[in-house]
Order: sequence, then C-alpha cells, then structure tokens
Amino acid sequence: MMLAIYTLWRREVVRFFRQPGRVVGALATPLFLWFFAQSGFGSSFRLMTVNSDISYGQYFFPGTLMLMILFTAIFSNISVIQDRNEGFLQAVLVSPVSRYAIVIGKLMGGMTLALIQGALILLIAPWAGIPLTWTTYFESVMVLAAVGFVVTGIGFMVAWPSTSVQGFHAVMNLFLMPMWLMSGAAFPAESASVWMRWIMQVNPMYYGNVFLQRTLYPVNHPILERLPSSMVCWILLAVSAVVLSVGCSILVKRYRAII
Amino acid sequence: MLKVQNLTHRFGDRVALRQLSFEVKSGEIFGLLGPNGSGKTTLFRVLSTLMPMEEGEVFLDNEALSKSPALFRQKMGVVFQSASLDKKLTVGENLMHQGHLYGLSGATLKRRSEQLLSKFRINDRIGEKVERLSGGLQRRVEIAKAMLHQPKILLLDEPSTGLDPGARRELWNFLHQVNQEEGVTILVTTHLMDEAERCNRLLLIDQGNKIDLGTPTELKAKVSGTVITLESDKANDLHEHLKGRFDVGIIVMQDSLRLEWNHTSGTRTPSEFLGQVLEGFGSEIRSASIAQPNLEDVFIHLTGHAIFEGDTMKKERI
Repeated sequence: MMLAIYTLWRREVVRFFRQPGRVVGALATPLFLWFFAQSGFGSSFRLMTVNSDISYGQYFFPGTLMLMILFTAIFSNISVIQDRNEGFLQAVLVSPVSRYAIVIGKLMGGMTLALIQGALILLIAPWAGIPLTWTTYFESVMVLAAVGFVVTGIGFMVAWPSTSVQGFHAVMNLFLMPMWLMSGAAFPAESASVWMRWIMQVNPMYYGNVFLQRTLYPVNHPILERLPSSMVCWILLAVSAVVLSVGCSILVKRYRAII
Repeated sequence: MLKVQNLTHRFGDRVALRQLSFEVKSGEIFGLLGPNGSGKTTLFRVLSTLMPMEEGEVFLDNEALSKSPALFRQKMGVVFQSASLDKKLTVGENLMHQGHLYGLSGATLKRRSEQLLSKFRINDRIGEKVERLSGGLQRRVEIAKAMLHQPKILLLDEPSTGLDPGARRELWNFLHQVNQEEGVTILVTTHLMDEAERCNRLLLIDQGNKIDLGTPTELKAKVSGTVITLESDKANDLHEHLKGRFDVGIIVMQDSLRLEWNHTSGTRTPSEFLGQVLEGFGSEIRSASIAQPNLEDVFIHLTGHAIFEGDTMKKERI
C-alpha cells in the first residue's frame, strides 16, 4: 500500500517537472495576476475596517497563493481524465492496488506540488510588503500543502466522473473558480452579503486563506479580529482532507466510467 | 483456467454480451474474433475488472471474480488497446511504477525488468522516454510491463492496432515466445484474420453472441469445400445469372460474389466448376480465384456478414 502510494505520488511530481511549460505557468500566472491586480485595484481598494493600513498588494498575496493551488489542482486533475481514457490510469485500475492508495497518491501529488510552488512564491512576500520570518514561512508552506491536498481532492471529485477535459473545464469554471473567489482571496468576507458569508464558511479554501492572512498580516491587525482562529482553520482543513480522501475512494470504487 | 459462465452485459437497452460461456485452457493462446461492436471490448473490460460484472460469473483458477476482484488483478497482466505507458517517463521508470503497483521492488524488480527487456530486445532503450520510441517498440514495452509480475494469464485488447504488418508479425513472435518460455496463458481480442490464425483456439463472437468455438482448423472445416471468389462490376446481375444455373451457396458482397463449392455442386473439381462459370459468364467477371476457406469465410458462413465493417452482404442459398 505504501509502495503504491509512493509510486503514484512520485510519478505525479516527476511528470510536473518533465513539463517545463507547466512549471513556468504554475509559478508565473499567479504572480502576474497579483502584480496586475494590485496595480489596478490598489488605489480603489479600501478595507471597511477602521485604521486599515493594508494595501491591496498585501491583501491579495494570500489569495495569490490560493490561486496557485487552484491551478495545481486543476492541472493535476486534467491528467485524471486523460489517463483514465487513454493511458496510465487504466493500468493502475486493473492492478491489485487499493482504490484508497490511488486517491491518496494523487492527492499527495497535488499537495507536494502546492508545497514546492508555495515555498517558492512565498519567497517574494517581502517585495509585496509582507515581512517573513522562518516560523511564518514554515507555517504558511504547511498550510498551503494542506489546502493543496484538499483542493486537489475537490477537483478529483469533479474530474473523476467527467468524460472529457472540456466537460471538466466547464464544471471547473462554474465551481472551482467561484470557490476561489469566495475564499476571501479577492475581497474580505466582511464586505460580502450575509448569504455569501455563509457560503464562504463552508469553503475549505476560506480557512486556508484565513490561516495565511493570520500568519502573514501584522499581528492583531483589525482585519483579523472577526476571522476564525488558526486552530479552527487547521482542524477544518484536516477534517476536509479526511472526508475528501474517503469520498474520492468511494467514488473511484463505485463509479468506473470508461469511454 | 479461466471460465466464463452466462456472462451478460447491457448498455441501457442494448445487449452487449448475451449469455456468453466459454473456457480458456491453461497455457493456450485463446482468441476472441469478431467485428467492431461485437462485444469483444466489453468482454475484455469485464474480464480485466475495468468494468463491473452485471450478470453471470467468471472464474480464474476456481476463484470467482464477483468475490475476489483483487485476486484476479494479481493474477492477470493486461495490455490495453490504447497505450497505458506514461510517455513523459522513461521505459525504466514505467516498469518501476508498474512493479511497485504489484508489490515488486528493489533487486527483484530490477532483475525482472532487465530480464524482460532483454527478452523483448529493448534493454538498450531503458533510459529513453517512451514518447521517443516507435509504435512497435512501445507495444513491446507495454507487454513487458504487463508481464512484470509474472501473471498466469495475459489479456490483450487488439494488440496490433496501429502497427504496420512487419511490427505486427514481430509482436506475435514475441507473444508466442512468452507463451512458451513463461508458460503464460494468453487471451487476445482481434478482428484481424492473420492474428486469429495464430491462436490455438478461437471464440467467434457477433453482436454479443457466441457464434462458435474451436481451433482455426476445426472452424475452417465448417465451410464445406472450396471458396471461389468472383469479382464483378455487376455482382447482382451475375448473381441472378448464376443462381439459375448452378447449385452452390452464393454470398453477394459489394462488388464480388463468394461461392462455396463442394462435391454436391454437380462438378468434380472446383476448377472444372470455375471453367463452366467462366465459359458462360466470362464477360461479366473481372477476376476469379479459388482458395481454401479462411476464417473470414467461416465468419461469413456462420453469420452472413463479414468481419470488416462496410462490407454489406446478403447470404443466399440456392
């Protein structure tokens, strides 16, 4: 079981680095978006909280990291569809490996890619006006890995029953992108309407984003006052990770879609 | 060794497999021959555990598929019609991943990989990315990969799809080699006659039904006598003319007629018969040939249509 998880995980990571376009895209896209968003929105962005001294560039930085994870999850799940219909995954499915191992290998792959990219992108935080210490760096990378696992899991639930990459894209635009928007990545939960705040609170990405905000923003900043605590974020992410890995395994067992 | 009992599979209202029963003996090369859409691939997917079984039962060494799919998976090697190799990885890496999935690792895995790669004469390409290999070589790696965990039975779905005749011949030589040397039982689906000829026994399948089962020789004996093929621009007219004069089975194809000649046809030899036909209707015939029945003839004889799509025919006995 461990050997199978290891081998599936390893393939995921090796494949990522064998495709230079993917590496460049995964790192450059969120950074460009951060740069353009903070240049564009920067002057019109005002937090509703009093005494706010956070610029949009600072505010949007955790959101940029979330976006990077979203892209990672999307790309690694596109391969689920391709592999299932015409390749590697077929061979995995007829092997005696437990279905749970297949899911864990995949989600750990997503987690590792999120971890590597997060570790690199975080290095530019000081240029975004966010000072880093070893502790905050380490904590942020850890939480990014956890969110990577969870979001890859959510993507997996969508990708597994999809029969085409196009179909996956459609559902993804409808589902994963809004999930990112409603994670507090682009705008604070406080400025959202009540019903949207409810939706935000069942979104695992929201807790990842809150954790990053807590870690990366100055301590006791007013914007953090009404957000869930870091402990709550960790617990909810851990619960999501367990629920999703079990859910994905059930899906793999029950739903054997083949073209 | 592998026993299929009353296997039925439906896609909505369409029945893909209908009460299919047969048995594959240990050590043989068993072929599933049928046209596209005959249910071969569905059968392959059920046997390889890629698709859940609906009705019936499959036994491998007396273990039921419905009870222990994991055991089936351990004993089977599967080669899909489409490549299952990761093209971004090297030959060696692909084998390594496969080995890990079947619980092989370390020195055992290395030894087995090297042994198979040299058997398939690809040991010099171990460090090369799969995307850089030719189609024929990729197929060989594919089979080496499926053989890695020393399966008792190797399942192959149309293994020579996309290969040129040379590479196809070579592939079959390798299949015979592993069958002999490793003692692995082989089950292969195909719609190609030359592949079917190389199997020990064949199951003919059409529209999900079992048509017949036997060795290629046994099956060919079902067509009594000799097959005479007449090519003509006006096959239908020629058919009308011939059926008034001769007592033979005629099958009309697009631009040719197939006649099954035997001793009851009123002539002593097929060439004497052909002589009479040419004498009477030579002007309507572009070319004529006499041949012993092949498996395609058997299939046409039993089902009334050809294995290849597009050949619309009707069978008539006069």
